[in-house]
Amino acid sequence: MIVPLPRFKPLWMFLGILLLPWVIEGLLGRGWVRILDFALLSVLLAVGLNIVVGYAGLLDLGFIAFFGVGAYAYALLASPQFGLHWPLWAILPTGVLVAAGFGVALGWPTLGLRGDYLAIVTMGFGEIIRVFLNNLTAPVNITNGPQGITMIDALHLGNWSFARPHRVLGIPLPALVGTYYLFLLFVLLALFLSRRLEYSRIGRAWMAIREDEIAAASMGLDTRRLKLLAYALGAVFGGVAGGLFAGFQGFVSPESFTLQESVMILCMVVLGGMGNLRGVVAGALLLAFLPEVLRPLGGWQQHWFHRVLIDPSTLRLLLFGITLVVLMRWRPEGLLPSRARAREWHTS
Amino acid sequence: MVTFLQQVLNGLTLGCIYALVALGYTLVYGILELINFAHGDLVMIGALVSLTLVRTLQGWGTPLPVALAGGLAGAMGVCVLLGIALERLAYRPLRHAPKLAPLITAIGMSMVLEQSSALLWGRGYHSFPDLGLTHSLTLGGVLISPLQGVIVLGSLGLLGGLLWLIQRSALGRAMRATAQNPVAAQLLGIDTERIITLVFVIGAALAAVAGLMVGAYYQVAHYTMGFMLGLKAFTAAVLGGIGNLSGAVLGGILLGLLEALGAGYLGDWTGNLFGSNYKDVFSFATLILVLLFHPSGLLGRHAPEKV
Repeated sequence: MIVPLPRFKPLWMFLGILLLPWVIEGLLGRGWVRILDFALLSVLLAVGLNIVVGYAGLLDLGFIAFFGVGAYAYALLASPQFGLHWPLWAILPTGVLVAAGFGVALGWPTLGLRGDYLAIVTMGFGEIIRVFLNNLTAPVNITNGPQGITMIDALHLGNWSFARPHRVLGIPLPALVGTYYLFLLFVLLALFLSRRLEYSRIGRAWMAIREDEIAAASMGLDTRRLKLLAYALGAVFGGVAGGLFAGFQGFVSPESFTLQESVMILCMVVLGGMGNLRGVVAGALLLAFLPEVLRPLGGWQQHWFHRVLIDPSTLRLLLFGITLVVLMRWRPEGLLPSRARAREWHTS
Repeated sequence: MVTFLQQVLNGLTLGCIYALVALGYTLVYGILELINFAHGDLVMIGALVSLTLVRTLQGWGTPLPVALAGGLAGAMGVCVLLGIALERLAYRPLRHAPKLAPLITAIGMSMVLEQSSALLWGRGYHSFPDLGLTHSLTLGGVLISPLQGVIVLGSLGLLGGLLWLIQRSALGRAMRATAQNPVAAQLLGIDTERIITLVFVIGAALAAVAGLMVGAYYQVAHYTMGFMLGLKAFTAAVLGGIGNLSGAVLGGILLGLLEALGAGYLGDWTGNLFGSNYKDVFSFATLILVLLFHPSGLLGRHAPEKV
């Protein structure tokens, strides 16, 4: 099948993306720029998980663990915990290598087997990583247990710190907007890499495996290695996002890396449309803003019923679950499907 | 030696509970080749429903055995209804969809059950009512609580009954036929849809019993307790050979022993560096090792993936 490469986006769209944080700061206030920054990290994660779930058709229920590995790699290499203060360009590759290493170590025993074993193994892995993060305090205090690691160095390149406001060509650049541009750079890079992969030999091989693994293997594809590659690449994206998260937040603790978060990222990918980058980005942005949309619910309930009947965060997770079930039943290809993927869902 | 026997007994108790839950996974997997992620959450709901009922009945002055029986019956009713609903609403419409679809639905349903329980029972821990069964007897230095006896004997009885049902009865023959080849079974006049519903009913009923047992044993219930329990029970099912009933029982008991002995001894050997706080890691490491070296499990046959 010949898939045409997408044409260049119009210039105005690019300008819109560049000006977005300024508009949001003007209209909604600085808090929303911070939410926007976190949303970009969600996009990065969703694009990474899309390689595993969308391209290769493997279910990964512990994706957040790689995010956690990346975050702790940054936290340990740039904080007073070990007195290390590595620069960003050295930490990110290290974190990526560690995350990919975990991915390979975990994928190797399971990827030769039936696809559904991977789902449960990744689910277990996500949980076990948390057990280790919570307990690796003796004989050497590595992770500082449930308290997590604090006073992590802010994201910086050379002398340019992303935690401080700057002045560029006489225009004041708030710290959160600077961070937005940094994260945007990573997101664009991730989208570019992802797109190139999708239309490469490897991408086509993933598609073949996803459609029919036995047929793909009969055509001479090394399915195990290809699946491992998808899995490790997904881990790489997760690791990078984790590193940026740790540097941005300045604090990491095991509680940020629960199964619920993994399900949330899965929900972003499934909602937008597995295998379609545009859909995945839309899904990630949509769900990243969901908690902010639901937040006022608590206050309203307090106002009308004098107590909180439905906790907004419980409601959010409940909605994720319902979304997954409803989508699989009625629109498995997601809101913005890729054409090839939509056809697959409806022919089998 | 006494410590060893004590850990064996504790492991056996735990293993029996794992076995009950593992049967639910293995029954469904044997017929539908689907990991029912929501099964662990049925155990959690069984625990919370029975806890609430036992407490309420006790509050009305009902004698303990009656309150327990009421709690168990109520939990089984709720779990069975949920099991049927789960199959009808979530899994049946996806019977012929690509394999990713029911897996994603399963994790979605697990989330729905978990968060609904959080809404109903709150996010806190609930302590299980004291059943008065914890006054231990000493047998050669080993402490045995009557509760442990009830758990072990009760689950072994249930397991025996289930094995008889599957291996000896006509219904069991229909179930085995459906597992082997649903189309052929249908041609022979077996209502496979009914059999599949029945499998979910049995699994859910066992989950309710396991929920009551695990709640009474640890004396606590919580809306997230189903997750780790489910993961371990699934490991037990894989260890025994997924799809194989005796395998699930064997796997459950072995895993329980491994966990109890591992948590008990590893801490001593490593000077408490790697002790019971890592006990959840044992089952996971077991899962990885089994998948790496003997993926068909102890009693399972190697089944090649069919086209």
